Parts: sequence; C-alpha cells; structure tokens
Amino acid sequence: MPDNTVAFSVKGDKNGDVTLFPLGRIGLTNLDTLLSEIKTLFTEYSPSQLTVDLAKVEYLDSAGALFLVELEDEAGARSIPFAVINASGNEKEIMSLVDREALHAPSLAPTERSLNIIEQIGDETINGLRDIYEVILFWGELIFEMVFSIRHPWKIRWNDVISYMKKVGVDGLPIVALISFLLGLIIAFMSALQLKQFGANIYVASLVAVGMVRELGPIITAIIVAGRSGSAFAAEIGTMQVNEEVDALITMGFNPIRFLAVPKLLACIFVVPILTGFSNIFAIMGGMIVGVVGLNLTIFTYVQKTMDAIVMFDVMAGIVKSIVFAAFIAAIGCQRGFKVRGGAEAVGNATTSAVVSSIFLIVVIDSTFAIILHYIQ
Amino acid sequence: MNKQGPVIKVEGLTVRYGENTILDNVSFEIHQGEIFIIAGGSGCGKTTLLKHIIGLDTPSSGKIFINGVDTTDIDEDEMRKLRRKIGMLFQSGALFGSMTIGENVALSLTEFTDLSEKAMGLIVKMKLGMVELSGYENHFPSELSGGMKKRAGIARAMSLEPAVLFFDEPSAGLDPITSAEIDLLIKKINEGIGTTMVIVTHDLETIFNIAHRIIMLDKGTKGIIAEGDPRELKEHSDNPKVRNFFNRKIEEKKH
Repeated sequence: MPDNTVAFSVKGDKNGDVTLFPLGRIGLTNLDTLLSEIKTLFTEYSPSQLTVDLAKVEYLDSAGALFLVELEDEAGARSIPFAVINASGNEKEIMSLVDREALHAPSLAPTERSLNIIEQIGDETINGLRDIYEVILFWGELIFEMVFSIRHPWKIRWNDVISYMKKVGVDGLPIVALISFLLGLIIAFMSALQLKQFGANIYVASLVAVGMVRELGPIITAIIVAGRSGSAFAAEIGTMQVNEEVDALITMGFNPIRFLAVPKLLACIFVVPILTGFSNIFAIMGGMIVGVVGLNLTIFTYVQKTMDAIVMFDVMAGIVKSIVFAAFIAAIGCQRGFKVRGGAEAVGNATTSAVVSSIFLIVVIDSTFAIILHYIQ
Repeated sequence: MNKQGPVIKVEGLTVRYGENTILDNVSFEIHQGEIFIIAGGSGCGKTTLLKHIIGLDTPSSGKIFINGVDTTDIDEDEMRKLRRKIGMLFQSGALFGSMTIGENVALSLTEFTDLSEKAMGLIVKMKLGMVELSGYENHFPSELSGGMKKRAGIARAMSLEPAVLFFDEPSAGLDPITSAEIDLLIKKINEGIGTTMVIVTHDLETIFNIAHRIIMLDKGTKGIIAEGDPRELKEHSDNPKVRNFFNRKIEEKKH
C-alpha cells in the first residue's frame, strides 16, 4: 500500500520565497514520503519565506493535515515565515482538528515500565510474600467457612455441590479412565520386559497394583483434576470478579467464599477419592491385558496376585492423600480466581497459575506423605 | 470514492433467527458526510442491523452495499479489505486490555500500512489529541474511565482514516456531560474530516443534537416506521409511536 508518487512540486529560488504545491492525494498512504521530504526541502532551498498552495490538492485527510502542521513547526523552528493559501473550507476544518500541543505533549505515564534486576528481585520477593500471605488468609477464611458449613449443613448450596460433583467427577471420568488404563498397560509392559528375564512374570500384577494404589493413582487423578477443574474454577470465579458479579454477591449480603468456594471444595473432596478408585481399577485392568495376552497369566491368577499385593493401609493412605489433593486443588483454583483484577489477560494468568501451583503442591504434598507414611507404617 | 451515490445502501434486508424474524424487508440509504442515526426502543433490532451492515452477521435475505460493493456477495478477503475503510466504536470501547492506548490506536497502522515508527507515533499523538486524550498513549485501558475508554475507542476506529465510522450506543453508561462531550466530538470529526457517521442510539439528547437524518425501527412492524429529520418527526409525524418516542411519552393504553 505504500504510495511513493511525487507528492508536490516546488516553485521559487534558493534562499528566497518558496511556494510548495502539494498534488493529488495528501494523506495517510504517502505520509512517510511527505515527512521525509520536509528536511530535504529546507536544506535544499533554505527559503526565506515558505508558502503552501493547496489549490491542486484533491484529497486531504488528517494525516495530510499532520504533514502541514509538521511543516509549519519546522519552519517555525528555523524562524521562516509560513503561510497556507488556497485552502478550501473543508481543508481548513481538517487542519483545525490537529491539536498542535498534543503532538508534542509528553506521556502522562512512563514509557518504560520495565524494572532493573535489583528492582525485579525486590518486586518478585514482595509479590511472592504477598502471595503466601494471601493464600494463608484465604485458607483461614475457607477453613472457617467449611467449619461453619459443616455445623450448619442446611446452609450449604447442595444443588451447586451436586452440579460440581458431576462436572469434576462424572465428566472427568472418561479421561481419568483412559489415561490410567494406558498407564497400567505401560507399567506392566515395561516391567514385564525386565521381569521376564528372571521368570518373575507373576510379579507384574503386584507391581502395577502397589504402584498405582500407593502413588500413581492419587497423583495422576489429582493432576488431571487440577488441569480440568482447578483451571475451570479459577476462570469461572475470575470472570465473575471481572464482571463485578462477586461484588454483587457481597452487596446482596452473601459471603463469596461460602457461596462460591465451599460447594466446589466439597464437591472435589467427595468425588476425587472416587475418581482415584476408578483410576486404580482401570490401571489394574490395563496391566491385566498385558498379563493375560503377553505373559500367559490367567485372569484369575492376575486378580488373586493383585488382591494379595494390596493391603488395607495403602488403600486408606491413597484415599486420605486424594482428599488432601482435592482440597488443595479446589482451594487454589478459587483463590486464584478471587485474586483476578482487570480483564481478560488477568483471567488467563489466574488459570495458568492455578494449574501450575496445584501441580507443584500435589508433588510437595505427596513427598510429605511418603515420609509420614514411612514412619507410621 | 463515489461521491454522488450513497455510501451505504441497504436493500430489502431480512434477518431471521429460526422462527424469529427480527427485521423484515428493511431498505434505506446513507449519504456521504452525514450523521445518520438508527433509533428505536429496546429490542427493535438496532444493533442487529448495525452488525449486518459491518458484515459481522449474514442476512437471511437482502443486499447491503458499501461504496457500491455488495457485501453479502463477496468473499472474506474482499470483506476484510472493505472493513479497513470503516471504523467501529463498540459499546464499551472493546480496547485490548493487554495493550497500551497508544498500541491500541497504532495496531491497524502497523498491520496495514508501511509507515515508519516516527510517522506512526505522530499519528497516534494526533488522534489522541483529537479525542482529547493527549498524553495517555502509555496508559492501559484499565487505567481509564468509561468516557475516556470510549474516546480512545474512537481514536482507534479513526486510525486508518475511515470513510465511515459506526457507533454502537456511544452514550450508554456515560454521565450527561461526558456523553455531550462524545456527541460534540462526533460532530467535530464529521464537520472536520467529513467522515460519514452511522450511530445506533436511543438517547434523545444525542439524536436532537447531532443527527442529520434518522430512521426509527419498531419491534412490532420489524422495520422502519419513520425516516427524516428528528426535529420534524417530533412535531409532525402522523405515527403516534414516533411522536411518543421523540417526546418521551409512554404509549397510551386502550381502554
């Protein structure tokens, strides 16, 4: 779209009166050519007086008017008398629209908003500490509201709880089942390759069962729930925050944490252990396929070996773990949502932050559990 | 540009969503350089009509011409080119929250022109000056008030020197003084640059202050019930609905 056609002709003598005749269209498309010509004009002619004759201009838009203003400014800077002649009424109007002061007005906000390294470290530290403070504050409120809800169960919004149980649990089951099934299949397959060498095929069953029930089942389920539902909670509450819906709740006398966070937390606590159970079952089924098809075990032996390997303590530990994971995922999702200020971008950041923090905490909590369980077993 | 013919011509436009007819056989013309207002009560299809004119929606039947080009009959590529010649101010400004005001205004300049940084900087400053926001180029939209956001939206809509500017409820959600300022700004740009203005509004102040010509849509007839100068229509329209609208009177109930 650049329009480089010669945009004006010049009449006059060097160091004397110079008249400029812009031709045709003076506007946005050839503004660059025009602006670059300003300097050449003054160095080449160094006029004692400059007149612009608009008689041959067919079209002038505000960008064209901008060129004339810039020309006048340049002439003013060199103290050369400047005049525009033969401007039509329309052209005068357009030129009057250009606010000369605005062109050179300094920005009211700093151009560079980036910080140097020391400021960045300080900023990040303050943000990190504030984040921890806010999370603790939120947890405190949430626990308070949970205790309140448990003592007044009729005040819980059970319809919401059930709807979130469906969203987190029922809708999440297919993906949890598929991933767990494949995971069981892979674990069995990889370990079978090694165990075959020692004729220890039969231990594939115990390996899959113990590995899933103790560690992988709760973790995989928690990560999937964090990705599916933790992010959804953050996005939902974040958007409500942007649309002032949370403010509306407060104004109407509701406690937003009790109203929005408690049902989500309860739903997660109810369904994540169940999902974890499904995850274990599907992984064992995956392992069984490898055992039956690849290792010539019978279904009966595989199931029996699996039952022998699973002890009640591991099952209970897995359930407790998944409840703790569920609580953290829901709480972090909601907290990140409530923290949203601003617009669409902030909602995106909150969603990302909810998933990343949840997965990080899942790993930290799991490590803690590993140590505690080791000592109490 | 065709200066003689109408800038926008709508012919037999019908909009239907399923069983529900919103607009039925609507035809009108908008001329070069005029301030044209589309008015009517809530739910009469004003915004729907605007969305069809700028090609955000496809009509069930009928034709829409912009500068003589039938927009219902061209491909996306041509439509995109045509859209660069029009600007639109959305109800809440629709500024991109992750960009500064300056970047919002410069966006189409960087995408659709080959201008240098310096020229673009000057244009941004000039446009912001026109809407009386000079100095705000490094602010983010979230740091501006509602009226300032609308003015920034106008500056962005004007960045490519459009021949037609569309406004969706420019005074919605603004205080009377701020909306009067926006009206004045629209008038100033129209008189200065000669940009054709198409405004959807039901704000009577705006209508009487700046409209050259108006069409009024009605929910019942699903079409235009009045066309012309609003001051004239207020006094002399033979349709009581039109008179009531312009005189802010509640419809008389039949006993």
